[in-house]
Amino acid sequence: MAKVLVVDDSSSMRQMVSFALKQAGHEVTEGRDGNDGLSKAQGLKADLVITDVNMPGKDGLELTRELRKLPDYKFTPILVLTTEAGPEKKQEGKAAGATGWLVKPFDPEKLMSTVNKVLR
Amino acid sequence: MSMDMSQFIEAFLEESFEGLDHMETELLALSEGDEETLHTIFRAAHSIKGGAGTFGFSAISEFTHGMETLLDRMRNGQQEATPEIVNLLLRAVDVLRGQLQAARDGGEADPAEAAEVRALIEATLGEDTPAPATGGGSDDAGSGNADGGDDGASGGWRIDFRPHADMLRTGNDPLRMFEVLEELGELTVSSQPDGLPETLEGYEPEASYLAWTLELRGDVERADIEEVFEWVEDECDLTIEPLETAGDSAGAQAPADPPPDGSGPESAPAGSEESAGGAPARTASKPTESSSMRVNAAKIDALIDMVGELVITQSMLTDISEQLEEDPSRVEQQIERLRSGLAELERNTRELQESVMGIRMVPIAQVFNRFPRLVHDLSGQLGKQIDLQMEGELTEIDKTVLEHLGDPLVHLVRNAIDHGIEMPDERSAAGKDPTGRVTLEAYHRGGNVVIEIRDDGRGMNSDRILEKARAAGLLRPDQTPEPHEILQYIFEPGLSTAEKLSDLSGRGVGMDVVKKNIRGLGGNIELHSEPGRGSRITIRLPLTLSIMDGQLLKIHDETFVIPLIAIVESLQTEPENVKQAFGKLPLYRLRDEYIPVVDLAALFGQAEPTPMPDRALLVVAEADNQRVALRVDDLLGQQQVVIKTLETNFRRVPGTAGATILGDGQVALILDVAGIARMAAGRDTRAA
Amino acid sequence: MANDATQSIQDPATAGEDQYLTFILADEEYGVDILRVQEIKGWERPTPLPNTPDYIRGVINVRGMIVPIIDMRLRFGMEPLEYGPTTVVIMLRVISEDRERVMGIVVDAVSEVYSIGDDNLQPAPDFGTRIGIDFVRGLATVEEKMILVLDIDTLLGPGLIASEDAIREEQGA
Repeated sequence: MAKVLVVDDSSSMRQMVSFALKQAGHEVTEGRDGNDGLSKAQGLKADLVITDVNMPGKDGLELTRELRKLPDYKFTPILVLTTEAGPEKKQEGKAAGATGWLVKPFDPEKLMSTVNKVLR
Repeated sequence: MSMDMSQFIEAFLEESFEGLDHMETELLALSEGDEETLHTIFRAAHSIKGGAGTFGFSAISEFTHGMETLLDRMRNGQQEATPEIVNLLLRAVDVLRGQLQAARDGGEADPAEAAEVRALIEATLGEDTPAPATGGGSDDAGSGNADGGDDGASGGWRIDFRPHADMLRTGNDPLRMFEVLEELGELTVSSQPDGLPETLEGYEPEASYLAWTLELRGDVERADIEEVFEWVEDECDLTIEPLETAGDSAGAQAPADPPPDGSGPESAPAGSEESAGGAPARTASKPTESSSMRVNAAKIDALIDMVGELVITQSMLTDISEQLEEDPSRVEQQIERLRSGLAELERNTRELQESVMGIRMVPIAQVFNRFPRLVHDLSGQLGKQIDLQMEGELTEIDKTVLEHLGDPLVHLVRNAIDHGIEMPDERSAAGKDPTGRVTLEAYHRGGNVVIEIRDDGRGMNSDRILEKARAAGLLRPDQTPEPHEILQYIFEPGLSTAEKLSDLSGRGVGMDVVKKNIRGLGGNIELHSEPGRGSRITIRLPLTLSIMDGQLLKIHDETFVIPLIAIVESLQTEPENVKQAFGKLPLYRLRDEYIPVVDLAALFGQAEPTPMPDRALLVVAEADNQRVALRVDDLLGQQQVVIKTLETNFRRVPGTAGATILGDGQVALILDVAGIARMAAGRDTRAA
Repeated sequence: MANDATQSIQDPATAGEDQYLTFILADEEYGVDILRVQEIKGWERPTPLPNTPDYIRGVINVRGMIVPIIDMRLRFGMEPLEYGPTTVVIMLRVISEDRERVMGIVVDAVSEVYSIGDDNLQPAPDFGTRIGIDFVRGLATVEEKMILVLDIDTLLGPGLIASEDAIREEQGA
C-alpha cells in the first residue's frame, strides 16, 4: 500500500483515478488544483504524485517544479496526466521534473500498470 | 482489474455541462487580447476532451480536438478572436452540448451540424493542422511494430544502460526499472562502476554515476523493454540488442530511433477500436435530468453541525428521563428541563428541515446563464441592439422549480426582444437610446422567489388586447376592465398580439402556456406595461415544491389541506345568495359571479350528497382560472406542510395533489383545486 | 389480464422450496412469500382516498411514508369483519412495473410460517366465480389444511395501480 496524491481539477477524472488506486489498496489524497495539491503534498510525504497538467491557477508542471524543491519530494515519482502525446509536451514534463507521463485517454488498467512501473 | 466506469460518467457529464456553460459565458464576454479568458475557455475544452476520451465518448473527444487546437492558437496570439470565430466556437459549444445530452439521455446528436462545424473549424485551422486524433490520443497507435525486424527475439536481450547524472532527479529509480524487467523474464544485472568519480571531491549524492549491463532471457518483445525505459530515453544512453547477435551488431539500438512521436506503444489507449467508424461509443448509463445534483460543501458541513446539535439535545432528553426514574421527587424541576429540551429539539428540527430543503436550492444563475447567448444570437438575427442586464443571479430556488423555469423564461425573453424592443432607427426616431435594454432580475420576497423580465421597448397595446379578448369571447362587449386587468388577457389561450408571426416567437408556444407552466409550479405571473416605455413581467414562485403553505380544513370528520395560494376567500353563506341549477347543482352568488359549490365528501365518494344548507362555511378557491366553493365544516389552522406523493406506494389519485403528515402522525390529503373543479364539472353532466 | 392459473405457477423463479407466511380470512388460510413481508402492524384507522374501491381503506403513515391499506376480505368479496385489537396489517413489498411499492393488507390474523415446495403447489381449479384467480399461485396442503398461495404482485400490482384511463373510467362509472 502506498500513499498517493491525485491532483486534477476535473472531479470525474479525480474520482476515477482515486477509485482505481483505492481498489488496488492504496491510500489516496485528492487535490483540486495545483495550489491545493501543493498544500496537500506538504506534510503528506506521498509515495507517488499523479497530477493533471492543465489546471487553473498553478498548472501541473509548476506543481511538479515546486514539489521537486521540497525535500520530501526530491525523488518521489511524479506522473503527469496529459492529452498531448507530442514529444515537446513530454519534454516539458521531464524538464519540470516529472518522472513520467500518462496520456489521456487511459483506462484503469493502463493507469495501474503505469503506476506499478514506479511504485515498489 | 475491472472497474465500472459508468459511476464516473454522471460526474463527467455534469462537469462538462458546467464547463460548456462556462465556455459560453466567457466566449460572449471575450474582448480582444483577453488572454486569461482564453486560457479559461481553452482549459474547459481541454478537460472535456480528456474526460470524453477516458470515459468512452470518442466522438465527443474527437470533435473537441479541433476546438482545442483553435483555442490554443487564440491564446497564443496566432489566431484573432474575430466575431466570426467566436460565433463558430459558440456553435461548437452547441454541438458539444447536444452530443453530451445524447450521451446522457440516449438518442443521437445532429451529426450533420457536428460535421459542418468541425469542417469549418478545420478550414480555419488551415492545412497545417494535424488530422484530428481518432479515439483521442491514439496518434501513436500502430507504432508498436514500427521498428520491425528483431521484435520477437526469442533468446533474450542484452541491455546497456548508462543513466545521465541527472536521471534520479526526475524520480526515476533504476532499481524499480530492473524489478519491472525481472517480471518480463530472467534478469541478470552487472554494474559498471567506471562512471564513478575517482575521489569523493565533487561527488554529488543525488547524481547517478553507475552504469549497468543487463541480460534479460526469455521470450520478451523489444517494445516491452523500451516501455520500461520510455521515460528516461533522453536521460540515459541505452542500447538493446538480441543476445545472439550481441557484440557483432553495433547499430541495433532502439531508442536512438524512437517511434515517430517518441512515445511507446503502450500509449495507444485500450479500447481505441471503439472509435472505429466514428460512431459515438455509448457506455453511459442514462441518468435522468434530476437524478443528481452538486451541493455546496458548506451546506453539507452546516447539516453535519446541526445533526451534532440534535444528538446533544437527544442525549439531554435521555438524561432527563433517567433522572426522573432515579429521583421522581424532583418532577417539577425535571419538567422544566424537559420543556426547554423539547423547545431545543423543536428548534433543531426546524433548522435541520430548513437546511435539508436548502440542499435542493440552487442559484438561479443556472437558468440566467443561457440568456447572454440567446440575446447575442437574437440581436444578430433581428438586427437589433440589445443590452442585457442580469441582477440577483445568486438568488436560490428549488432545483425542480428551476428545471421547469427555463422554457417559460426563454419564451418571455424572446418575446421582449422580438416584440418589445424596437429596431435601432425606430428607437432613435422616438428619442430613445438605439440600444434597447432587457433586464432579468431575481430576488426573494415574502417566502417567494420573484423574477422580473423588463424591457424598455414599445410596450403593450392594451386597446388591441381588449379588442382581441372581446373577439375571442373572453369578455362581454359591455364589460370594460381596468387597464391593468386588460393586459392580463395576454395570458389567455388564443390571444397572440404579434403583428406578424416571426420565426422567433411564433412557435406555437403562447403566453397561455407560459402562464400554465408557472401556475403548475405553484406560482403566478403578471404583466405591467406602458406604451412607448416598455413592459415588465413579474413571476412569483414558491421557494420549493416540497413544502407548501396550507390551510387545514375539516370536511365530514376528515382533515384536508388546501394550498393557501389557491384560496380566494372564506365566507359564511348568506341565504339569499345560495342558488340552484338543474335541481341539484348548488351555486353561490359571490358579488357578480356564480360559483359552483362542491360537496367534497360526495364528490370523493365518501358520503351521500347532502342538500346545500342556507348557512354554510365556504372556501372559495381558484386554479387554472376556475373557481369552486368548497363546503367545509370547519377551518382549522394554517401551517407549512411537507408534500408527499401518493405515487410512491400507490398511484396518483384525482382530486388530490398528494398527502402530508400532520403533527399527530395522521395522514391528511392535499386538495388539488384544479382537479376538483374538473371533477365537479364532469359530475354535473351525469345523473347524480 | 390472463385468467389462466397455470401461468402464474410455472414461473421459473419459484423453483425449489419457499417459505410462506400464512394468514386467516374467515377461517380460510392464505400464504404470501415471506421474503416480501416487511413488517406486521396492528390496525389503525387510515385516511380514506377519494373514489377508490371499498377494499382500499386509505393510507397510513409508516415512518414518514404514505402507504395504502387494502382490506383482503373486501378484496375477495367476503363479509367484512369489524376491525378490532386482533386485526392485523401485513406490510408487503409489491413489485410491479419495475417498481417496488409498500402496501398493507388487512387480515383477520396471522397464522404460521410454512416451507412449501413447488412440487406441493397444485394449480388452482377454475373457481367458476367472478373472482379472477390469476393472483393465486397455487394450492398447497399442509397438515391437512388447504393453503391458497397468493401472488401478491398480481394481486396488488396492476389492478390497483390503475392507469390514468382506468381512473377516469372508474370516475365515469
